[in-house]
Amino acid sequence: MSAPIIHMENIKKHYGNVIALNGVTFDLLAGECHCLLGDNGAGKSTFIKTMSGVHKPTEGSITFEGRPLSFDSPRDAMEAGIATVFQDLAMIPLMSVTRNFFMGREPTKGRGLFKRFDIDTANEITMAEMRKMGINLRGPDQAVGTLSGGERQTVAIARAVYFGAKVLILDEPTSALGVRQTANVLATIKRVRAQGIGVVFISHNVRHALAVGDRFTVLNRGQTLGTATRGEITAAQLQDLMAGGQEMAELEGSLGGTI
Amino acid sequence: MSTETLARADERIKTESFATKLMKRPELGAIGGVVLVTVFFFLTADRTMFTLSGIMNFMTPAAQLGILGIAAAMLMIGGEFDLSIGSMVAFAGMVFGVFVVNVGMPLIIAIPLTMGLAAALGVTNGLIVLRTGLPSFIVTLAGLFVLRGASLVGLKMFTGGSTQLRGIREAVEGDFLAPIFSGDAFGFILTWLAKAGLVDSFKSGVPKVPGIPVEIIWFIAFALVATYVLLRTPAGNWIFATGGDALAAQNSGVPVRRVKISLFMLTAMAAALVAIITVIDAGSTDARRGFMKEFEAIIAAVIGGCLLTGGYGSAIGAFFGAIIFGMVTIGLTYTRFDQDWFQVFLGAMLLLAVIFNNVIRRRVTGER
Repeated sequence: MSAPIIHMENIKKHYGNVIALNGVTFDLLAGECHCLLGDNGAGKSTFIKTMSGVHKPTEGSITFEGRPLSFDSPRDAMEAGIATVFQDLAMIPLMSVTRNFFMGREPTKGRGLFKRFDIDTANEITMAEMRKMGINLRGPDQAVGTLSGGERQTVAIARAVYFGAKVLILDEPTSALGVRQTANVLATIKRVRAQGIGVVFISHNVRHALAVGDRFTVLNRGQTLGTATRGEITAAQLQDLMAGGQEMAELEGSLGGTI
Repeated sequence: MSTETLARADERIKTESFATKLMKRPELGAIGGVVLVTVFFFLTADRTMFTLSGIMNFMTPAAQLGILGIAAAMLMIGGEFDLSIGSMVAFAGMVFGVFVVNVGMPLIIAIPLTMGLAAALGVTNGLIVLRTGLPSFIVTLAGLFVLRGASLVGLKMFTGGSTQLRGIREAVEGDFLAPIFSGDAFGFILTWLAKAGLVDSFKSGVPKVPGIPVEIIWFIAFALVATYVLLRTPAGNWIFATGGDALAAQNSGVPVRRVKISLFMLTAMAAALVAIITVIDAGSTDARRGFMKEFEAIIAAVIGGCLLTGGYGSAIGAFFGAIIFGMVTIGLTYTRFDQDWFQVFLGAMLLLAVIFNNVIRRRVTGER
């Protein structure tokens, strides 16, 4: 097995006297999909924000490609190759897919006063990248607002991949999607992995995680409850871990195993 | 698989008809409006309205408003309003008048200074909006009153009690920069056309229209440059992104603050340009200059397809919006209608444009 791209050791994060993370250890290999599971309030969001440079950990170390690293801003993390697709996707519905794809990173041609947005190249790249992800756009000038939730998610993922992400963090990419769209996004994740990119998949849906994940780390109350490899663990066991074990078992009894 | 998907994609591009594509352009409404208004005046107005001199007649006020309207449109696309531009016209006019008359500066110094001062006030507007997080509507509404009042006070101070400052034409006479900001341009072309018998001329051979008023040239040039910037430069993409969703733009690396401040600078400088052109043209400046222009500029922008919520619109649309304005204001004098129908017409046009824009937006974004 190769060395992990990113390794986060014993990460702690305190907000004043609130302990959001209390020693989380997590690593990610190239081409792997590592699922981070946890119920609401388990610390998933805080953890990925630490990974993507939004927050600095109070304690703990981050090793990226074998070197110790500390990000000062999301920009630093992005430049290093850690891209995060947050739930809001950073997409503008009124703008075309191309304009969204290259927002803030427009390719240019010409010099000086005549330096201009190279819209033809941008359109071509967008169409090609979207096709790679299995989405046929009506045209590159199609507004993002006309795309479905799953397609938007795919545009955001394609954008991150195109701009050289080595680690792709997906924050609950399937939580607001229908069945078919979820399937599309999960298929996209498989494509991304095939390119050697490590994917961190955050979810509280065990079935979605099991569909694409290689390893599963469960967070509860700011701590890792452990990491399991695919095949070692069942959906029910993961579900129990996420909910903190005991209570869930009790609940499940009364709900007749419907969750 | 790839060739198959490619073919499928191509096939779907063709299903979008030319008409649908046209429907999605933000300036469609404004162009339709120009056609409508033209037809209306063709039917009701005196024939002289559509002679060359008639066209110059309505294009001149259209141009003065249009320069403001295009700047306002760009700012609206960027997600903000500037209600202080009308007052800025009066204030910049006062400052410019004082520079050339009281101080006796040549234009090469007075114009950059006036522009610079306006730009600084624009930056101030932008900084206040960004720092306080208040709606620009309120911040610049304050600016509307502050600058209007300051123009009044300033004029009285520098003229010894009058609200009008005269003698500007005499002061700039003979200045080598004056032809760029006043009078008519391309006179030689019209002289030549008159000689060739292509335009109306007096018996002496002098064309009836001596040239194209400079503001029309500025107006057209500004519309072209603004359209180019919006559609073909990274800055244009940043403006749309900033107005569409400032947070998303910020997270994607768009310098949102810089974009907004630059746009506030632009509107203020457009107001100063209009002030300089109209003040030299009139030979004097007064405190009522630019009165209500902020609203007219926003109306031109909205007729031109700008959404009040930002992120959508066009400079060419504002260009046509301003032309509609000029045609209606001036055109009514060529008809037997009471000229004061103008405001009624304007209000109706604004309402229609906003409703129309909303429909279009839903179509573009596929909202239901």
